[in-house]
Amino acid sequence: MNAILFDANECVGCKACVYACTSENELPDSDEDRLSDRRFTVLEEIDEDEEWYLRRMCMHCVDPSCASACPVGALKKTDLGPVVYDFDKCIGCRYCMVACPFNIPRYEWDSMTPRVRKCQMCRERVAEGKSTACAEACPTGATKFGERSALIAEAWQRIDSAPDAYARHVYGEKEAGGTCVLIIGPQGVMDALNPNIPDGPLPHRTWFVLSQIPAAVAVVGAGLVGVNWIIQRRMKLGDVTTTETREPTEGGAS
Amino acid sequence: MIAAKRLLDQPWRMIGWLCVVAGLYATYVRFTRGLGASTNLSDDFPWGLWVGFDVVCGVGLAAGGFTISAIVYIFRLEKYRPIARPAVLAAFVGYLMVVGGLLFDLGHPWRLWHPLVMWNHHSVMFEVSWCVTLYTIVLTLEVSSLVFERLRWLRANRRIHMIILPLTLAAVLLSMLHQSSLGSLFLLVPGRLHALWYSPLLPLHFFVSAMAVGCAMTIVESNLSARAFGRCVEADVLDGVARIAAALLGVYLVLRVGDLVVRGVITQLWPLNPAGLFFLAEILLGAAIPMVLFSMGRIRRNTKWLYHTGQLAVIGFVVGRLNVSVTGFEMTAGKTYIPAWTEFAVTAMLVTIGIKVFYLAAKHLPVFEEDHDASLRSRRWRAEMDQQAGSLPNASSVAPAGLLAPEEQVSNERFQPI
Ligand code: SF4
Ligand code: SF4
Ligand code: SF4
Repeated sequence: MNAILFDANECVGCKACVYACTSENELPDSDEDRLSDRRFTVLEEIDEDEEWYLRRMCMHCVDPSCASACPVGALKKTDLGPVVYDFDKCIGCRYCMVACPFNIPRYEWDSMTPRVRKCQMCRERVAEGKSTACAEACPTGATKFGERSALIAEAWQRIDSAPDAYARHVYGEKEAGGTCVLIIGPQGVMDALNPNIPDGPLPHRTWFVLSQIPAAVAVVGAGLVGVNWIIQRRMKLGDVTTTETREPTEGGAS
Repeated sequence: MIAAKRLLDQPWRMIGWLCVVAGLYATYVRFTRGLGASTNLSDDFPWGLWVGFDVVCGVGLAAGGFTISAIVYIFRLEKYRPIARPAVLAAFVGYLMVVGGLLFDLGHPWRLWHPLVMWNHHSVMFEVSWCVTLYTIVLTLEVSSLVFERLRWLRANRRIHMIILPLTLAAVLLSMLHQSSLGSLFLLVPGRLHALWYSPLLPLHFFVSAMAVGCAMTIVESNLSARAFGRCVEADVLDGVARIAAALLGVYLVLRVGDLVVRGVITQLWPLNPAGLFFLAEILLGAAIPMVLFSMGRIRRNTKWLYHTGQLAVIGFVVGRLNVSVTGFEMTAGKTYIPAWTEFAVTAMLVTIGIKVFYLAAKHLPVFEEDHDASLRSRRWRAEMDQQAGSLPNASSVAPAGLLAPEEQVSNERFQPI
């Protein structure tokens, strides 16, 4: 599975990744500094003096909430790594936006045929075996494209070789069950990342409930039929269902 | 007397028209300029009033239909038969409003059918859309029998008649799934929903509170239709419904507060903070106070107080559902979302139309027992039904009289004038 490693200590803030993304995805030029329906990645300045920057983009979760949320399967995790979007299926319910723990998907609110917009990890390029546009454009190697497990190993290697410069945390190794965007850097940068992401895959929480449904329906259904049958029988035995002048019954089962 | 009633009606009629006119304009904006122009939704608040109220609350408020159906047709508590038809009708109208709300809210309303052919069984939203679809069909069938009965289409009615037990069973099971799955929707967002509302028990909370509010809605609705049609309220029946509501609210309170205590979140209520206040409003208005009032005999015997308690429970329920779908997100995001006036206008329009449809249906269809009896004057009809009851082994169960069979189980003496 492919992944992207972002190393805040290598990033010089040139925004080459942002520009590459804009042209690769044919997005309009703008200097928005937040993710939007026209910005799939942004470079956030965390500390001016330290020259710390942080890339924001879809994390391409290993077990993505957005894909599990989508009722029509418009969002899908591919084996190659990217979490991709199929506009032709999308009904626009926006549950994916609610579901994403990183608050990534954006919506074309002003369109009459609105799309969900987010980084798709340059799906065509990756399918052709190339690296993503942003990784290719990065002059320092701060954004690196590669095999996920190899990148995790490399991330830890970088941390171990310069323990003072890095926080001991590969963001995305465990968050939300693991993501295909991995982030390392000094503590100051890591603090800007959302700390409220549980470690396990989130879709398990809904799947746990959904997978109980067949059994629940069977048990409750059988229970109701059974109860109804018993009550019916009692009413019949009590001969309460035939005469027209009888008193209203207060329920046969009591 | 009648003139006075008309006058009393006037302001409501005015408000109703206002809602419709404003709603139509908002509809125009929505379908010509899109969601951005007609709502205050944003990438931070992808769901707002239309999902939070029209869908999440709407489904809950329609829960009276399946709760009362189950009580009457499955548990055969005959006493409640007179309110079964109105409750099913109200659920039907409620679901029509939910579908209406969805058409406004979806980015691509004309793709409403997609989930039926493009499956993702890992998605709670997929389950929700199937439940809405199937339960709306079930409700349509149930309500169609009122139309058939009214039109005296005996054969069509008999067809429905034959499947009514499976139909009721399906209604109960689908509602069970649907009510709880609305809660499951939010299981996916532990990081984004405030801890006072995020709970692994969300599906259960949603299910139990929906049944409770279904009872409260039945009380409110009975009172409203009593006023509109000059009917008497079935005081004895509503007394029973209120008892059931009290019990359900009690269960809900234990589940909800117990859950907070077990998870250790209850401490977040103190010192008082906005999230805590919203939570208290929901719990006090929607559960604790109505539970106490519903369990007081003096309140239950007083039509007016019973009505107001029902209203209180409904309002508290709406606050609670909006807390989960809107406020709970605001509290963690630290941002606020206030619906645009157009969002309110569409919602108000849908509610107005719903009330009007209910009124018209109640007026022209055999919904209340009195009309029901009147529509049974035909001897042939009765004979045919009796014959059928004889020919089908389990016919009395297959024929819930409140909906279909002409069994006069409830005589008019039992109705007490207000
Ligand atoms: S970060 Fe959000 S949008 Fe991206 S794959 Fe994960 S859940 Fe989906
Ligand atoms: S908005 Fe589209 S992509 Fe997102 S969950 Fe709904 S149908 Fe799927
Ligand atoms: S992977 Fe492609 S789409 Fe995603 S941020 Fe990089 S260049 Fe943009």
